[in-house]
Amino acid sequence: MSQTAELLISLALVMSGLFGFVGSYGLVKLRTTMQRLHAPTKATTLGVGGVLIASMIYFYAKTGHISIHELLISLFLFLTAPITANFIAKAYMARNLRGEDLPPSGGAYGWSIYDDAPDGAPTAPPETSKAP
Amino acid sequence: MIEYALLFAALCYGVALLLDLWRIAQGPSSADRILALDTMVINVIALLVLYGIWRGTAVYFEAAMLIAMVGFVSTVAYCRFLLRGDIIE
Repeated sequence: MSQTAELLISLALVMSGLFGFVGSYGLVKLRTTMQRLHAPTKATTLGVGGVLIASMIYFYAKTGHISIHELLISLFLFLTAPITANFIAKAYMARNLRGEDLPPSGGAYGWSIYDDAPDGAPTAPPETSKAP
Repeated sequence: MIEYALLFAALCYGVALLLDLWRIAQGPSSADRILALDTMVINVIALLVLYGIWRGTAVYFEAAMLIAMVGFVSTVAYCRFLLRGDIIE
């Protein structure tokens, strides 16, 4: 394995370790839940991405083949990270915020977290929120 | 050089797992706990890939892929349960 490959792999590994640590440190350090939602994004994007890049370079330098498993994992994480963040934010809002505290949705019915969307045409403004 | 970098990265992710665990134990709301669990899944994926590099085999990528999928589904299921009181309606 050449010196350049070793240097690149070590650099990616150290960077990804730092970013993974920063992601979890932010999870502990930040004050409110909505602020804490920011931190794990770094762990996903830069932390795991760096580890996967290091692994790609390592196996390319070792065997000479480019493996696409790592790209699959990082593609999957990139696709699912926004969905999980959106779901967690929605769960937090349904549990801890009331629909009256939010600005109006501007549509014919309220926010989808608190009110079911109508089946057909837009209906009258919704009733009370039914957060559990 | 790679060995030391691997050790450093594994140490960072180990400490990160402990911090996530602290947030799970501490977290004021259940959304915090779900978020910490999701972060733990991501850190474990990184640890598995690191272990694969350390052993020099590509076997652990399949495990990492599986954990990524299962982690996503479980996070969505938890949030869904909090939102609707039911997972599959």
